[in-house]
Amino acid sequence: MSIRHGLLALLHRQPMYGYQLRSEFEATTGSTWPLNVGQVYTTLGRLERDGCVSANGDDSIGEDLQKTYAITPAGRVELELWFSTPVSRARRPRDELAIKLAMALVAPGVDVGAVVQAQRTDTLRALQEYTRLKTRAEDGELSWLLVLDALIFAAEAEVRWLDHCEARLARHRPAAVTAAAPPVHVSTRVRKPVSR
Amino acid sequence: MNAERTVPVLQLRDLSRVHGSGETAVHALRGLSLSVSAGELVAVMGPSGSGKSTLLALAGGLDTASSGEVLVQGAELGAMSRRELAKLRRRSVGYVFQDFNLLPALTAAENVSLPRELDGTPAKAARREALEALADVGVTDVAERFPDAMSGGQQQRVAIARALVGPRRLLLADEPTGALDSDTGEAVLRLIRRRCDDGAAGLLVTHEARHAAWADRVVFLRDGAMIDDTGRVSTVDSLLTGDPA
Repeated sequence: MSIRHGLLALLHRQPMYGYQLRSEFEATTGSTWPLNVGQVYTTLGRLERDGCVSANGDDSIGEDLQKTYAITPAGRVELELWFSTPVSRARRPRDELAIKLAMALVAPGVDVGAVVQAQRTDTLRALQEYTRLKTRAEDGELSWLLVLDALIFAAEAEVRWLDHCEARLARHRPAAVTAAAPPVHVSTRVRKPVSR
Repeated sequence: MNAERTVPVLQLRDLSRVHGSGETAVHALRGLSLSVSAGELVAVMGPSGSGKSTLLALAGGLDTASSGEVLVQGAELGAMSRRELAKLRRRSVGYVFQDFNLLPALTAAENVSLPRELDGTPAKAARREALEALADVGVTDVAERFPDAMSGGQQQRVAIARALVGPRRLLLADEPTGALDSDTGEAVLRLIRRRCDDGAAGLLVTHEARHAAWADRVVFLRDGAMIDDTGRVSTVDSLLTGDPA
């Protein structure tokens, strides 16, 4: 996720302090991706180094906290480029779940159906939680609702894909993998998931 | 949660349904148990042929179980005569279908008041109840319209009003958003959710995870048996601590 461009977009609206940027960022995305203030100042430092923002404030205090940041013309150009360029699928992180299922198929003794089922239950729970957040956010900011919708549609797509995997597995049982290693037990009880 | 909300409106106990016999017997449901309390919405998911529709038909007294029990508001359906069963369906159970199933020759208000009139409620009182039910789902303005003069979303709202008019507290919904666009479908689910929050018990059959997510619990069927259950989601805060990087 681009914190850099998110901060530029907020500064495009008006100059802000670092703390102010952090709270505006969280308000816009509904705290879905909370930022710590260190990340904000690190990113602002890089933006300032790259000439995308300028800092104004009392340097005698020697604290970033006292500085107001404003977007520069170079920052506006970078921001326009960000908005006008589609997010590349190639640069997204590897899909751990797809890799896990692929590996489950070739590893000896793994119950792939159980892996699918455990994941689906967990993803559905996440979907339920997002949906409840949406109920809460009914009168909230549109930007937050759009972020929630993105999470909901992504989780739904994952469940549909898992359903599809299950149906495909039922049709096409792969040849048994020679058990050179002890079987891997997969509990269908859902454990704490890796963070999304 | 108050005491009334913990009383199951629908109880399915070790329910099985077998079509045919011998080698050609098809086991549509195998020993399924489930209960839905007042104020609760339960979603049922599963692939085609997993038993979802059979489950709904048994829950609403439209089909008879091969073994096991169905209790609606404490009354066991298997012990009822056909007349008693019909009365229970009129008074206690409301259905919402994918294609709305409104009677085309009746207005929205008449569609909603009809089950009450059939149940012996005087026409004037039935109409008053119908208008209240239409107001509850936010479509008072279409009360005098015929179904063909309403949008899909409006028709489904009327169908929900009909399902929960008068004393009915059990809502059985079979793919209720299947014929609606994404946004309208969500509004219908939001409405079903609200009606359950107001005290109805809902059983929702859907193949869409995004729709099932409006429920308090989601259960999965496969080959007529329940293979998983998300349980009630108790917190909504655990997903707000993701990796910000």
